[in-house]
Amino acid sequence: METAPTFRPLPMASADLPGPVEITLPSLDQPFVGGSVESSAGQIPLVSSSLKFKDHWGTFKARWGVDRMNYTVEPGLYALGRPDSQSPVLVTANYKLSFDHLRSALPGRNAWILVLDTKGVNVWCAAGKGTFGTAELVRRIESSGLDRIVEHRQLILPQLSAPGLAPHKVKRLSGFEVKYGPIRAKDLPAFLDSGGRATPAMRRKIFPLWERIVLIPVELVAALKKGLLVAVALFLLGGLGGPAGFWSNALGFGLFAVVALAAAIVVGAVLTPILLPWLPGRPFSVKGLHPGLLMALVLLLIKGPNLAVWPGRLEFLGWLLLIPAASAYLAMNFTGASTFTSLSGVKKEMRLALPCQIAAGAVGLGLWLSSRFLA
Amino acid sequence: MRYLSGVVTLELDEEKCVGCGLCLTVCPHEVFSLKNGRAIIKDRDACMECGACAVNCPVEAVTVQAGVGCAAGLINAALGRQVTSCSCSAEIRDMSTHGLTIEQTGATRSKAGCC
Repeated sequence: METAPTFRPLPMASADLPGPVEITLPSLDQPFVGGSVESSAGQIPLVSSSLKFKDHWGTFKARWGVDRMNYTVEPGLYALGRPDSQSPVLVTANYKLSFDHLRSALPGRNAWILVLDTKGVNVWCAAGKGTFGTAELVRRIESSGLDRIVEHRQLILPQLSAPGLAPHKVKRLSGFEVKYGPIRAKDLPAFLDSGGRATPAMRRKIFPLWERIVLIPVELVAALKKGLLVAVALFLLGGLGGPAGFWSNALGFGLFAVVALAAAIVVGAVLTPILLPWLPGRPFSVKGLHPGLLMALVLLLIKGPNLAVWPGRLEFLGWLLLIPAASAYLAMNFTGASTFTSLSGVKKEMRLALPCQIAAGAVGLGLWLSSRFLA
Repeated sequence: MRYLSGVVTLELDEEKCVGCGLCLTVCPHEVFSLKNGRAIIKDRDACMECGACAVNCPVEAVTVQAGVGCAAGLINAALGRQVTSCSCSAEIRDMSTHGLTIEQTGATRSKAGCC
């Protein structure tokens, strides 16, 4: 299966591939570079497997979405430890988080790290886009002068880069063989020590609690940004109607609306991701619905609208629709952060869930506003 | 954790398969297994349509409409919004034509570590 039966061009236009390439090495003037290694291709920047405070702080900021798109390292070849011509070549993306993840998993090891230009996007996402792909890999092999630096012709790539790669094309175009390493960088030492054998567990993508937790901040920040405007609107709408004055109403009913919105966001963007495996239902919107309903009941119990009269009943029903609708919507948005949802599945889920959420939201808002004007 | 059943577009032409086993290697959800020297689909519903198997197959025995299962991305795409909050603007790739056509939909990908 070395040669395919028919000629197939690269996923990207072959014209993207330059002819003879000039050697370009990453700058030594990057904060995480701790020296350089002399090679036939020039000064290769040296990096350490131990992360500094600055790296951890950078990770923290990126997790919260602060300047995340510019959290990059220069593409090209780096040296970890004291690699020689026989050392393994590990390939990764130029998102600093990916790069740090890789090197910190390899204390005491000597290896070459080839960083592809993925525009600051992590391995899996970049592979899905094709930026971590055959063309970029072949180009980067050439421009780093890798064939002069190592004597072997093997690259170890993260398994999750596979959606972007055709190993038979990489071999044909560069002479280098693609070997898929484990999914998680932390399994690399075991993989390397066993001569490149991955256990089934190393090849399985799971979505454990801690992984779900670290993805929460970015989702939360996005939800809060959108939620802020809605909160202001709800606060002001709460001031309308009723026998009391505008500000008195706003501080009563409007403030409750803001609290309800915040609760819905916490349920949809924080609690649902944490409780994901244990929530009933497979569609994420259904998973977010249950804790949303529960939260609505708890909040209404505390607020205690007077169910003996119509305004109270409408208000009760309104929030019983609004909070679960919002939490279900936000939970549905977590599909993108998860590691097991298919495009076909998400489309199917949305076809039913989105109209329901919009309808529940609209009716809920109508009931709540009516309750204010009937009061 | 499992997502919806009976929805994925994954297809395997067992006649074309040469049994190299690369689809087993790259699949993050153990969808395939080898039987009598050829790949079979063991667990179709576990497929997340990432497209790794299709791109890596040296004989194009696997096809799947690969893309990113991200509701926020689909909504943004439907609204014609440019996505800035998520680093990964993804696309739906039709693997039946060897990943040559890349249809931009602007959907976002925020798989682990990305967002």
